[in-house]
Amino acid sequence: MDKTQNNRAWFMVLPVLIVVAFSAVIPLMTVVNYSVQDTFGNNEFFWAGLDWFDDTIHSERMHDSLFRQAIFSAIILAIEVPLGIFIALNMPKRGFWSSLCLVLMALPLLIPFNVVGTIWQIFGRVDIGLLGHTLAALGIDYNYTNDPLDAWITVIVMDVWHWTSLVALLAYAGLQSIPQAYYQAAKIDQASRWSVFRYIELPKMAGVLMIAILLRFMDSFMIYTEPFVVTGGGPGNSTTFLSVDLAKMATGQFDLGPAAAYSILYYLVILLVSWAFYTVMTNLDRAEGGK
Amino acid sequence: MAQITLSKLAHSYLPQPKGPGDYALKEMDHVWQDGGAYALLGASGCGKTTLLNIISGLVRPSHGRVLFGDRDVTDAPTAERNIAQVFQFPVVYDTMTVRDNLAFPLRNRGMEAGVISQRVQSIAQMIGMTDVLDRKARGLTADAKQKISLGRGMVRQDVNAILFDEPLTVIDPQMKWELRTQLKSLHREFGHTMIYVTHDQTEALTFADKVVVMHEGRVVQMGTPEELFETPAHTFVGYFIGSPGMNLLDAQIDGSHAVLPDGTVPLGAAYPVLQGRTQIGIRPEFVTLGAEGLPYAVTRVEDVGRHRIVRGSIAGKPVNAILDEGATIPADPKASFQPNKINVYADDWRIAPQGGAV
Repeated sequence: MDKTQNNRAWFMVLPVLIVVAFSAVIPLMTVVNYSVQDTFGNNEFFWAGLDWFDDTIHSERMHDSLFRQAIFSAIILAIEVPLGIFIALNMPKRGFWSSLCLVLMALPLLIPFNVVGTIWQIFGRVDIGLLGHTLAALGIDYNYTNDPLDAWITVIVMDVWHWTSLVALLAYAGLQSIPQAYYQAAKIDQASRWSVFRYIELPKMAGVLMIAILLRFMDSFMIYTEPFVVTGGGPGNSTTFLSVDLAKMATGQFDLGPAAAYSILYYLVILLVSWAFYTVMTNLDRAEGGK
Repeated sequence: MAQITLSKLAHSYLPQPKGPGDYALKEMDHVWQDGGAYALLGASGCGKTTLLNIISGLVRPSHGRVLFGDRDVTDAPTAERNIAQVFQFPVVYDTMTVRDNLAFPLRNRGMEAGVISQRVQSIAQMIGMTDVLDRKARGLTADAKQKISLGRGMVRQDVNAILFDEPLTVIDPQMKWELRTQLKSLHREFGHTMIYVTHDQTEALTFADKVVVMHEGRVVQMGTPEELFETPAHTFVGYFIGSPGMNLLDAQIDGSHAVLPDGTVPLGAAYPVLQGRTQIGIRPEFVTLGAEGLPYAVTRVEDVGRHRIVRGSIAGKPVNAILDEGATIPADPKASFQPNKINVYADDWRIAPQGGAV
């Protein structure tokens, strides 16, 4: 069938382009602008080319932060996704208790990030915090302010506490969409609990889980407030993740040029990983779909 | 395989049923013969699916017992009952291949690989899916998926019964007929007890040896298609089976005659004195339009090919008649009924005539 081509239709997209330009592109361009310039103060800037990018790519500081960041995201994904699925599987399916569970699960998600940080900062303190004090009383040597391992554990447990609900709620929504007949058929086929999970529940949850993993990856990769409030990136640099590092550089040292280059590279890393993840998942999905 | 006995069975979804209205199934006593092909027929919401789920063990009846052979299985879980069930909408394991789907019930029961592949092959042949055995089930169309469900239901040879819950709803009419024929021939070949739930009378009448008609949570008649047609035990059966359904007219029964407002109709037999609301039922097939009988007002004539359906009324009550293609309707038609085809009902239940024909 012949379709008439009318390129004037592109004008219809113009309003969106303008809005996006003001909301995203122009602010982003100021960062790009900083990233290719240097200054000695007095609001005088001069062209620096790709020097900042070159510096940042080869900077050990960036490498270390990136490495810590990757480890952090990997650990919290490895904990939150299975744990979230497990919780969703064990939540009541309907009735009063299911509503109660949903509300309780949603609570951590509603707490502002810096409040979460403050809660855990106090909770973990050895002198007045319930957790820190209890651990100390039990004779466990725990102090997140001087021990890097303790600091890591605290930050990870905090993130798990804060965000597992998101995975659980998404997985729960996926489970709720499975018609009862599937479970009945599985009973009739004498499927084991594992088979029910592997062949019915997991495939039906795959879509929402992919979104959950993607969201958790992006969020954890950009985590700033909570570790900043709890550990301030310490002890030493042990919990200095990418955005903590970036903020130190930009607002602490006021190195706008390197910080701008840093943030652009940071952004590209997130984009690249998300894209790769999404592509792999959708390809797997298609491969599973037969032809 | 076993005979299925429903003993004083009733079910309510409410924890404290008060009146009969709270029961999804009202008390029933039935024996389903081993190896029979049964159809459970009824309008939506009449309790067909509840009854089926009680037999398969997905629902535990609130009253009464279910027996397979001599064994009481009322409290036995589905897995122990060794039955197969096919649902209204296709239930397939999306991420498995068609082959694995068909093999799944066998593998879960720990059968040998050789036996499994042989069974899978023959079932695949039967449902016509041998060429897609290695494809993932996910990409298939709804009717292909439903065929897999059917195949999975039939793959085990030792089942006590195979239950079908309106399994052909999603299937094309042409394919429907073909699959029904295959089910029928499978039944003849292996002799499984088959219970087939449907609200489609054609499906029920062509599939089953015995049709169980349900109405408002009650089994109103269990009989051969012929019995349902000739002697419906309840006015609902008369109305539900047949196209169009049986004509029902309020009448006073006086021995071997029925007295209607417009005249008297001879009956094929004599009846006792009846209490309650009395009606006569006559199938449109046995209504003749001619010069004699009750005055008949024609409203509409529908030509449906081999015959014509005449819609009309007698004394304001709708009465349909079926005429052969060639037959003509007289200018001032009168309707007469074949006396021995008239059934008499008191409060909706059929009354058996006294002695033989008059």
